[in-house]
Amino acid sequence: MTITDPTPTETAPITDRRRLVRWPQAWRRPLTIIGGVIIAFWVIVAIVGIFWTPYPPLGQIAPRLSAPSGEHLLGTDSVGRDVLSRIMAGAHVSLPVPILVVALSMILGTALGAIAGYFGRVVDEVIMRLTDLVLAFPTIILAMVVTAALGPGLQNAVIALLAVSWPSYARVTRSLVLGARGSEYVVSGRLMGVSAWRSLTRDVLPNILAPIVVLATMDIGNAILLLSGLSFLGLGTVPPTPEWGAMVSEGVEQFSSWWIATFAGLAIFSVVLAFNFLGDSLRDALDPRAQKSVEGRAV
Amino acid sequence: MTAASPAAGPAHDPRQEGAERWWQRFPLARYVLVRLVVSVLLIWGVTLVTFVLTNLVPSNPAAAALGERAASNPDTVKAFERQYGLDQPVPQQYVSYLGRLVHLNLGQSTQTHNAVWDDLRSAFPATAELAVTALVIAAVLAIVLGLAAALRRGSILDQVVRVGSLIGFSTPTFWLALVIFYVFSYKLGWFPGSGRLDPQFDPPPQRTGFYTIDALLAGQIAVFVNAVEHLVLPAFVLVLYTLGILTRFCRTAVLEVLGNDYVTAARAKGLPRSAVTRRYILRAAAVPILTMIGLTFASVLSGAVLTETVFAWGGIGQYAYKAATTLDLQAIMGVGLLIGIIYVVVNFIVDLLYGVLDPRVRDR
Repeated sequence: MTITDPTPTETAPITDRRRLVRWPQAWRRPLTIIGGVIIAFWVIVAIVGIFWTPYPPLGQIAPRLSAPSGEHLLGTDSVGRDVLSRIMAGAHVSLPVPILVVALSMILGTALGAIAGYFGRVVDEVIMRLTDLVLAFPTIILAMVVTAALGPGLQNAVIALLAVSWPSYARVTRSLVLGARGSEYVVSGRLMGVSAWRSLTRDVLPNILAPIVVLATMDIGNAILLLSGLSFLGLGTVPPTPEWGAMVSEGVEQFSSWWIATFAGLAIFSVVLAFNFLGDSLRDALDPRAQKSVEGRAV
Repeated sequence: MTAASPAAGPAHDPRQEGAERWWQRFPLARYVLVRLVVSVLLIWGVTLVTFVLTNLVPSNPAAAALGERAASNPDTVKAFERQYGLDQPVPQQYVSYLGRLVHLNLGQSTQTHNAVWDDLRSAFPATAELAVTALVIAAVLAIVLGLAAALRRGSILDQVVRVGSLIGFSTPTFWLALVIFYVFSYKLGWFPGSGRLDPQFDPPPQRTGFYTIDALLAGQIAVFVNAVEHLVLPAFVLVLYTLGILTRFCRTAVLEVLGNDYVTAARAKGLPRSAVTRRYILRAAAVPILTMIGLTFASVLSGAVLTETVFAWGGIGQYAYKAATTLDLQAIMGVGLLIGIIYVVVNFIVDLLYGVLDPRVRDR
């Protein structure tokens, strides 16, 4: 993973050394391994699902609501579609889309936060008040409201998730940039005549990336939950498309057929858990105290 | 709030030391005032967001608000646009929107055909009862578990709490609700399934809107027992939902306090363990934990939106679910506005308590 790449060496020789020692240990923890195995499993399922599923995921070909059997390992849903095939196809939405959302909101939030922190004044005020506004709502509520206004659909759900998730990155980046901005290497760069933009992108940003990437890793699980939550509310993917959250939602109406919701829910749960295990290990690996010293020293 | 001009380190030294202003003499009053102004501004911001989302974002706001069937009639659309001032410039639209909000006019639900405000008002007590119950239980459990885990850092209990809380906040609430409903109500039949009361009971005379409290106040023991039985499963789901993150937070808060010299000193001078825990550790950790509990209230409300439907609880959450699945825009915005405002108010209260408990935050 790219996260392990130590950021430029001039910043923190001590933390770098500590990190080198700590990495292998952190990756050998059981939680990390469990998380990695689960994610690898789902990635394989998703890739296999591109080429092969037991039945066509949209095909209404089997008897309705039949319980798991040798023929349909995970049963069929209320219109006779194979649940296993739909879960495999659902991995094409429920895995990559939240990761894309996290990547985009990290880029957007980091850019805005860096601009706010580096240039200050009016820009800072405007951007930070925007984050206040977004953070004035509970996340899923705001995402629900935004998607409802845009109209349901995967694309709009992604926009809504972006709209609600960039502020945390902006806040973190801003405070990190504020810390780095006053440090000697940035100031000396500016004194040598480096432009503000170049100073921001070359001197400041590379040195504050690590904590932001940690935040992003821990955010992936959350994004999966949010997207499936929106789909559960009928605001994510449009009906025939298989998506795990939407499948759980179908299960609410058919709760006597427990298999419809159970396996889709287990899929969401296992993936989120795996990402949270990884994120947790990653944070421990980049020891919070080591992180603090990076921030603290820069001030 | 975040400092506006971070570069101003030593620049604004207090030079007028002689003339002490009132806000220097009453830092708490100043703090409360600042928080109040910020909260009012935030509520204004919340209305701005819902306004933009109802009036500007949908390509055809009238159709979005009226629903498809009514929107196919051009006369209805015209009348709607005139009534809501959609033919006017945006700033005027916003002013009339605010005017309507002040009169508690949140529009009409296309689904229930009631005023959204009336719907929300009648649904709110159900959600409040559920949310408050879940929050109190979760907070108590989280503090006990977090404290125990932190005090025995690295023990088996600590490991279990850490992994357990990770599992807790990795679980999709709506799915958890379904599983618990299926197992404990449908299969085992331990608890009544849906609603707030069995059909043979009438709701107790309304005073607080909480069926449990109202039933006790009216002396209807049977109704009280039934209401509690109905409350158990949905509350359990919400407790599990919030317990993970709360416990983790409490553990961290206690661990941070444990590292302080005064804790070591208190232990060194031979104070009994329980006294150190109560008087030194818990008191210092109370402030961050309190903040967290306040913020969790919002997540309990979000959880309600995703779980109430499963239990047919009939609160704001189920209303929001129905509104979302039928694209009842006015109702969705009503829920968003209500929860947004509750969130701001809860944060305000937490900030106040914070300022009272910890004098240091007043100076910021």
